[in-house]
Amino acid sequence: MIRLSNIEKRFGDVTVLKGVTLTVAEGRVTALIGPSGGGKSTLLRCINLLEVPTSGSVRIGEEELTFHPGSKPNWPDVRRLRSQTGMVFQNFQLFPHRTAVENVMEGLVTVQKWPFGKAQERAMTLLQKVGMAHKADAWPATLSGGQQQRVAIARALAPFPRVLLCDEPTSALDPELSDEVVDVLGKLAEEGTTMVMATHDLRLASKIAHEVVFLESGQVVENGASRDLFSRPTRERTKRFIATLTQQGQH
Amino acid sequence: MLHWLTLMAGSLASLLWAALIFTVPLTLASFALGLTVGLAAAIIRLFGPAPLAAAVRFYVWIIRGTPLLVQLFLIFYGLPSAGIVLDAFPAALIGFTLNVGAYTSEIIRAVISSVPKGQWEAAYSIGMSWTQAMRRTILPQAARTAVPPLSNSFISLVKDTSLAAAITVPELFQAAQRIVATTYEPLILYVEVALIYLALSSVLSALQVRLEQRLGRYGGFLESKS
Ligand SMILES: Nc1ncnc2c1ncn2[C@@H]1O[C@H](COP(=O)(O)OP(=O)(O)OP(=O)(O)O)[C@@H](O)[C@H]1O
Ligand SMILES: [Mg+2]
Repeated sequence: MIRLSNIEKRFGDVTVLKGVTLTVAEGRVTALIGPSGGGKSTLLRCINLLEVPTSGSVRIGEEELTFHPGSKPNWPDVRRLRSQTGMVFQNFQLFPHRTAVENVMEGLVTVQKWPFGKAQERAMTLLQKVGMAHKADAWPATLSGGQQQRVAIARALAPFPRVLLCDEPTSALDPELSDEVVDVLGKLAEEGTTMVMATHDLRLASKIAHEVVFLESGQVVENGASRDLFSRPTRERTKRFIATLTQQGQH
Repeated sequence: MLHWLTLMAGSLASLLWAALIFTVPLTLASFALGLTVGLAAAIIRLFGPAPLAAAVRFYVWIIRGTPLLVQLFLIFYGLPSAGIVLDAFPAALIGFTLNVGAYTSEIIRAVISSVPKGQWEAAYSIGMSWTQAMRRTILPQAARTAVPPLSNSFISLVKDTSLAAAITVPELFQAAQRIVATTYEPLILYVEVALIYLALSSVLSALQVRLEQRLGRYGGFLESKS
C-alpha cells in the first residue's frame, strides 16, 4: 500500500538516504531501526513530505509522486499525498494553546472544514480509544508525557490517514509512561492500522511490529519479519546492533 | 497651595479634552496601524523574497537610527518642499505608525521565530497550509509571548505622542503649553500634565497585567515550553 522507490535525500553535499526502496502492506506495522543518524527520521519525513526527497518516488494508496533533483512538488500534490498520512512526534508537539479535544479536532475543523459538532464527536471517540476522554478539556501543559503522546496519536488519526508515521513515539518517556503509549499503539496495530515507526525501543518494535527494517548510513542493511530479524538476523551488522539494544534494555 | 489647586482644577477639563480628542485617538490609531505594518514587515523579513526583506531591513534601520522628532519634522515641515502637504494630525499619524511599525516588527519577528519548529511540522502533518499553520498555530502562540514587549511599546507610544505638539497637533502637551502661555505658571501646568501621562500609563500597565493573567490560563505553557 505504501511503496517507496529508490528514495534519495541530500542535504547540501551530504547524502542522507541513498536509494531506499521499501514496501509496506496495508494493515502491517513496520519498525525502522538502526543507529543514530542512520536516516530513520529523514525517511519517515520523506513519506509525508516534511522533507522533500531529492529523487525517487513515494506511493501511498492511489496517490503517487515522483521527485527530481532541483524541482519542488506543488502544494496540491503535497497536500494530496500528505493527507494520506498522520504523524506522531518524539516530543508530542501538541498545540499548547488548545485543549486536548481541540488538538484532535484541529485538522478536521481547519483543514477538512467539518462542522464543529461532528468534529467534536469524532475527537471524543478517538480520545476514548486512547484512554484520554476524561482529559478532553485539559491543557497540554497539565498532562503527563504519556498522556500528551496519547492525545497526539488521536490528533494524528483524526483525519483518517491511511498510514500512521511515528518517530520514536516513546523515547521522550520514562519506562512507565512509555508502557501506556506502547499499549495504545499495540491496540491500533491489532485493529489493522498501517504504521511505520522509527524506534530504539526494542520492546515497542518486538511487541507490535510485523516487519523490521534495519537502516544504516541511509541504506537498508536488512529487512524481514520481526520474529526472524530479532531472533536470527542474517547480517553480522544487524546482530551486533540488536545485541546493543538488548543490553540497553536490561539496564 | 490653594493657588495650585485652583489652577490645576481650572485647567484639568481642557487638558483632559485634548487628551480625549487627540492623544488617545492618535495613540490607538497609530498603534493599530503600526502593528499591522510591523506584522507585515516581520513576515516579509522571515519568509519573504530577499529583495523585499532587504527593503524592510532598510526601513527598520532608518526608523530606529533617527530621532522620532526629526522624523515628524521631516514629514510635516520637510515633505511640503517635495510637494506633499499634510495636515498636522495625519502627519503625526504617519510618523508614529512608521515608528511603531519598525519597532514592533522586530518584536514580532522574534516571537514568531521563538515558536518551536516542531509546531510548524505538527500543523503541516495534519494537512494545514502555510497560511493555516501561521494563523491557527504559530501566531496565537507568538501573540502570547509578545504581550509584555508590545505593551511596553504601547506605553512608550502614549508618552511619545507629546512630540506631536512640536508639529502643531493640539494634543495634551500642547494644550498645557497654551495654558502656560496665558497663565505664566509652567511649574504647575507641567506637573499637572506629567500626572495625567502618569495616570494614563498606569492604567495601561494595569491592563497589561490583567491581559497577561488571562493569557496565563493555558496551564502556563509559556513557562513549560522547552
Ligand atoms: N535538515 C537537515 N539538514 C542537514 N542534515 C540533516 C538534516 N536533517 C537530518 N540531517 C542529517 O541526516 C542524517 C540522518 O538523520 P536522521 O535524523 O534521519 O537520523 P535518525 O536515524 O533518525 O537518527 P536518530 O536515531 O538519532 O533519531 C544525520 O546525519 C543528520 O545529521
Ligand atoms: Mg530520528
